[in-house]
Amino acid sequence: MVRLEIDGQKVQANLGMTVLEAAQSVGIRIPTLCHQKGIEPYGACRLCTVETTDGGRTTLQASCCYPVKEGLVVKTDTPAVLEGRKLLFQILLARCPEVPAIRRLAMDWGVHDTPFTSKHEDCVLCGLCVRACAKLMGAEAIAFSGRGVSRKVGTPFNFPSETCVACGACTYVCPTGRMQMEAETTARLRKRVGADRRCRYMLMGMVSNKLCPNNYECRKCTFDQTIELRFGTHPAFAIAAARQEAAADPY
Amino acid sequence: MQAPNLIASIDDLERWKQEGLESLSPKKCKVTVGMATCGLASGAKAVFDALTEELSRSSEEVIVAQTGCLGFCQMEPIVEVFRPGEPRVLYKQVTADKVAELVAAITSGKPKKEQILCTMNGRTGESKAGAKGIPRMEDIPFYKKQEKIALSRCGRIDPESLAEYIATGGYYTLCKVLTAMSPDDVISEVDRSGLRGRGGAGFPTGRKWQLTRKAPGDLKFIVCNADEGDPGAYMDRSLLEGDPFAVLEGMTIGAYAIGAQKGFIYVRDEYPLAVENLDTAIAEARGHGLLGENILGTGFSFDVRMIRGGGAFVCGEETALIASIEGRPGEPRQRPPYPAEKGLWGKPTNINNVETWANIPWIISDGAEAYRRVGTETSKGTKVFSIVGKINNTGLIEVPMGLTLREIVYDIGGGIPGGKKFKAVQTGGPSGGCIPESLLDLPVDYESLTQAGAIMGSGGMIVMDEDTCMVDVARYFLDFLKEESCGKCAPCREGIDRALEILERICQGKGEENDIETLEAIARMMKGFALCALGTTAPNPLLSTIRYFRDEYEAHIHEGRCPAGVCRNLIVFRINPEKCIGCMLCAKACPQGVITGERKQVHVIDEARCIKCGTCFELCKQGAIEKE
Repeated sequence: MVRLEIDGQKVQANLGMTVLEAAQSVGIRIPTLCHQKGIEPYGACRLCTVETTDGGRTTLQASCCYPVKEGLVVKTDTPAVLEGRKLLFQILLARCPEVPAIRRLAMDWGVHDTPFTSKHEDCVLCGLCVRACAKLMGAEAIAFSGRGVSRKVGTPFNFPSETCVACGACTYVCPTGRMQMEAETTARLRKRVGADRRCRYMLMGMVSNKLCPNNYECRKCTFDQTIELRFGTHPAFAIAAARQEAAADPY
Repeated sequence: MQAPNLIASIDDLERWKQEGLESLSPKKCKVTVGMATCGLASGAKAVFDALTEELSRSSEEVIVAQTGCLGFCQMEPIVEVFRPGEPRVLYKQVTADKVAELVAAITSGKPKKEQILCTMNGRTGESKAGAKGIPRMEDIPFYKKQEKIALSRCGRIDPESLAEYIATGGYYTLCKVLTAMSPDDVISEVDRSGLRGRGGAGFPTGRKWQLTRKAPGDLKFIVCNADEGDPGAYMDRSLLEGDPFAVLEGMTIGAYAIGAQKGFIYVRDEYPLAVENLDTAIAEARGHGLLGENILGTGFSFDVRMIRGGGAFVCGEETALIASIEGRPGEPRQRPPYPAEKGLWGKPTNINNVETWANIPWIISDGAEAYRRVGTETSKGTKVFSIVGKINNTGLIEVPMGLTLREIVYDIGGGIPGGKKFKAVQTGGPSGGCIPESLLDLPVDYESLTQAGAIMGSGGMIVMDEDTCMVDVARYFLDFLKEESCGKCAPCREGIDRALEILERICQGKGEENDIETLEAIARMMKGFALCALGTTAPNPLLSTIRYFRDEYEAHIHEGRCPAGVCRNLIVFRINPEKCIGCMLCAKACPQGVITGERKQVHVIDEARCIKCGTCFELCKQGAIEKE
C-alpha cells in the first residue's frame, strides 16, 4: 500500500497500480482514449498526461502507464496539462472529425472545434484492436505497418488473415468504429462447407466442438448470445483471464 | 587444454605487442592509405590499388597497408609514408593519378612540399622531431586544439589487426581489470572520471552501470548503441571503422563491472564497412580468447553479438532499440521501468553509445583523474564532433569539453568558405537546435548547449552560412522526423505533421498572423506530452530557430520575403540591364526557356513562367542576375 496525493486529495493505492487507476478509484476524472480496462496500457494517445512531482522533480507523465509511488504528488489540471490536453484534443479532432466517439470525448472535455485542417481519417491509431488481438486472443492477426504519418492498422501485407477467427474483439474495443475485420472474416467463413463451418467459439478454443447452424450470423445465434451474456463483456476479455487462471493452476 | 593461439597471460600480450610494433614501425618503408568511408568516397581504393601496383615495380620493398580515418576528411585520401628513423609524413588529397608522382617522391626521397599535410608521431613512442620545413600535426590549425582519447587510434592502426591494437596498449587494460580490480573498483573509477553518456542525454555512465549492477537478476545484458542516424553525424561510424577493438574492450570491461554475460552491438546496416570491420574484430577477439568463454584465462565469460539495424532513426531510442533487438517493431515504450531494471527480454540491460564504450579502456588505463583534468566542471573529458556543412575543414574532431563554438568553427574548422558570413551552427541533429552567431563564445558542454535550446546530442555539427533560410532549416528537420517518428504516440506523429504543415505554408508565403504562436504551442505540447525522447526533442530545431531568428519568420509571414533567398515562392530572379552583356549563357541553360534576348542585347526573364531553379544565377559571370 502506498500513499500519494492527487489534486490535493490523499489517496491510498496498491503497489503496482497506475496513477490513472488510483485517480479513478477516488473519482478523479482523467481523459483516456487508448486505454481500456483489461488490456495492458500502451501510452499512445497521451490524453491522460498529468503533472507528477517525485522527489522534487516535476514532469509530465502519461498516467495510464505511470506506476504509483509513495509520496508522489499528482496534479491533473495545471496550466501545462490543460493547454497541452486541449491542443491534443484539437489535433485528434482534426484527424478524425467525423468520428462521433472522438467528438463526444473532446466535447466532454470542453473542446468543440479545431483550428487545424481536417484529415478525414476514421482510425485514431489508439492500438486497442492490435493489443486485443495480440494480448487477449493471442491471434496477432492485425498489427501496425508503416512509420510516422504513414502508420496504419491492418493484416500483414493487407492479405486476409489466416489467424483471424472472427472473434470480434477488435470491433468490440474500437472506439471509432473503423474496425471491420470481424465482418470481413465472417464473410470468408460463410464460404466454408460441412465440418469446416466451425463456430467462432470453437475457433477461439472456448468450446471443443460446435459447428455453425446460423450462417455465421452470430447476433441471431442463441448459443453465441448466451455465452456473451454469461461473461457480460466480450468473450475475448474472459478468455485471457481463463487462460491466466489455467496457467497459474493447471490442475 | 588451451589452443595455442589463445591469449591467456601478460606474456602472450607482450608477444603480440612485439608483433604489432613490428608491423606499425617495420624495418622497411611502409605506405598506409586511410581507407575509412570518407577516404573510400574520395577514391582511396583506387589509390591503394595504384600504389600496390606502382610499388611492386620499384626496386625497394615497400609495405602497403590500410588504416582508418584521421578526421581530416577534407584532405582525403590521406597517405602516410613511414621510413625507419624518419618522421611519418602525411600526404593529402592523393588521387590515383597522383600516385606515380608520389611513388617517385617516396623512392627518391624528395617529396613535394605542397602535397604534404604534416608529419605525425606514431603511437609507438618514436621521435617527436618534425622534418625540416614540414609542419607537425599538432601545429596545423585543424589538429592544434584537438585532444584525442576515443579517436586516439583511428587512422593510426590497421583496424583489422589485433596485434597493432595490442601494440598500442590495447587489452592490457582488460587484463588489469580482470586480474586486479573488482567490479566495484571499475564502476567507481568510471564514476569518478565524470564520464557522461555520449549518445545525447549525458546520463552519468558510472551511475548507469551501478543501477544495472544492483538490479536484481542473474542474467544481464549490455548493449552498444551504434544506430547513428542524425543527418551529418558520423562519429560512431568512424570509430567502428577505425578502432573496433576499443569498443569491444570497453564493452568487455563494462560487462565485467555490471555482471553481464552477453552484449549486443546494434549497428545500422547503412554502415557496411563498420559492419565488416566489427565482424572481423569480433571474430579475431573470439578466436584469441578475448571474447567468449574464459577470457584471458581468468574464468570470466562474455560474448558479443552484432545486430544490424534496418535504418530506423527511432531505433536509436533505447526502448525502441530493445524492441528491435528482440525482433519486434522498433517502437519505444513508456519508461519507467528503465532498461536498467527491465530491458532486453525483461532482464536488466545497460545501453551505452559507441563513443562512451570507446572511452572506457582509456579511463581505466590512464585513470579517472587524468580524464577529469580534461573538460569543464560538469562535463568531463573530450567529445567527438563531426563538423560538416558550410565550413572549410570538413571532418571529424575530438576536442576537450568546454572549447567554444568559435574555436571549433573558426580555428579548427577554418571558417566559412567563399567569404560568406556565418549564420548558425546546428548541434544534436533533429533533436538539437540552431545556435546563432551571438552565442559563438558558448563553451561546448552538456549544460550550456541545453540552456541555449540545443543539445549536445551524439555530436553532429552542421555549420550554416548566410545563404541558409532558418525557416527552411526547421522545415527540413521536421520533414525528416515526419517519416522517422514511429507514429505510436499522437503528440509526436500528429504534432510534427501539423507543425510541418504550418512551416510549409510559411515557406510558400502563405503564413498567417498567429502562426508563430501556434507553432510554439504545438512545440510546448510535444515537449511535455510525447512518449519518447524523439518526440519531446523534435520541436528543438523549431523552437531554437524561432528563438534566435524570429525576424526571419516574421519577414516570411508579414512581408512575404525570404531574407536568405531560399524559399522559392518568395524570391524573384531579375536581370540587371546595366550588367547584362548579352552573352546568352543563361538563355541557353534555362530549363524552362523563359529567358529571351538577342546576342549582345540585354536579356529578360519571364517571371511568370520562371521556376526559380537558380541555374542562371549560378551561371552568370557578370553577376547580372539578381535574386530578391
